[in-house]
Amino acid sequence: MNKAEVKKLSFYYSSVQALKDISLPIEEKKVTAVIGPSGCGKSTLLRCFNRMHDLYPGNRYDGEILLHPDSINLVGAHIDPIEIRMRIGMVFQKPNPFPKSIYENVVYGLKVRGIKKKRLIDEKCEKSLRDAALWEEVKDRLHKPAFNLSGGQQQRLCIARALATEPEILLFDEPTSALDPIATARVEELIEELKEKVTIVIVTHNMQQAARISDSTAFLYMGELIEFGKTKQLFTNPREKKTEDYITGRFG
Amino acid sequence: MTEHTDKHYELQLRNLKETILKMGGLIEEMITCSVKVLTERNSRLHEELTIKEKEVNSLEMEIDEKCLEMLALRQPAASDLRFICIGLKISKDLERIGDLAVNISQQAMELNKEPQLKPYIDLPLMATKSQKMVKEALDSFVHRDAQRAKSICEMDDEVDDLNEKIFDELVSFMQKSSDAVSRGTRLIACSKHLERVADHATNIAEQVIFMVQGQDIRHGR
Repeated sequence: MNKAEVKKLSFYYSSVQALKDISLPIEEKKVTAVIGPSGCGKSTLLRCFNRMHDLYPGNRYDGEILLHPDSINLVGAHIDPIEIRMRIGMVFQKPNPFPKSIYENVVYGLKVRGIKKKRLIDEKCEKSLRDAALWEEVKDRLHKPAFNLSGGQQQRLCIARALATEPEILLFDEPTSALDPIATARVEELIEELKEKVTIVIVTHNMQQAARISDSTAFLYMGELIEFGKTKQLFTNPREKKTEDYITGRFG
Repeated sequence: MTEHTDKHYELQLRNLKETILKMGGLIEEMITCSVKVLTERNSRLHEELTIKEKEVNSLEMEIDEKCLEMLALRQPAASDLRFICIGLKISKDLERIGDLAVNISQQAMELNKEPQLKPYIDLPLMATKSQKMVKEALDSFVHRDAQRAKSICEMDDEVDDLNEKIFDELVSFMQKSSDAVSRGTRLIACSKHLERVADHATNIAEQVIFMVQGQDIRHGR
């Protein structure tokens, strides 16, 4: 079953077309990876899902991203981006905790939504930190600054923060590129566990990472979707020559 | 095919292919040698065969090492992954063919100590076909030619039929005369070894189809 569907999506940075007529399904409670060389449009595609491009004037979307079950068009002009961001969380390349305590970071989204009951907030904080596999490491120092955590812990804190508002889709933009191999492995393991609860779309430069953790993979090149398929098929026997050339390192 | 951006990797892959071909070339020579020991009753060639076998064994290990190194250090994907994986399998099949060539030669050495049981007609034919299958399998590997590889799989049936024919013929020889039993049994073994050579050539051909098309056709799939 699909949680979302990208339909004939094009995106323009003013006059520059960055995405060209892209269509692909996002399966519910699965990991979809987006791979491709620098500048191919993979982060641009990811950012369409939670309307990050709206922050800059002149940017324009064509086509649709339908979010199910209600089939609302995420890039529809009449849809409020704030509303969308409540349903779709995002984790970025570099860990970006707020200059607040660990606790305040996790519950920030809940407070913004006007949730005031301390017991409920505390419960959600613990659950999110547990889901982000961070609880055991921070339970005794919840009110210490988030900046005291290691890079890998900060990234998991950002995941916990994104999870606290119970998003339907979680977007990851190169979530481990600033982490060491051990921290990377923990985040990858976490993504594997999280997909039981949430639909995940991940952009990564690391093809082995895409191969390890995703169920489906989309390969983008110069703003076009070249191939989309099951990860196993795409990495062992891709249909398109461009995909083959890219994943075997025969590009440029 | 487009070359890899990483020239060292490109070189490693080419080197692996060349090593497989070197092993294949030796195997072809070994089959020729063993068939000559049998059909031309030339026992002196057996020694040459044992020297080649040692070389083949060390090439098998060299290929395995190269494949494992690339799997561990390069994390290959798609056609590269398939190529390296079949490299591991082809080397095993080639090594087994080498062993079978030695087995044929050993049987022939014993046969050569006695008068020839009967004129060899089907056995050299079978040897030629098996040999051709090995050569074709290796050629299809070099040229990444799945079509050619498919035709090898079909040739295997002809070799199987010849094996059956030789078996029946030799059994009737042995039924007529107990003097024929020892030589007949050895000839049946030679025929069986040649049939196995053809099976290994078929395995290689199936691997080539997998390498080129990514399609596993083994066991009727």
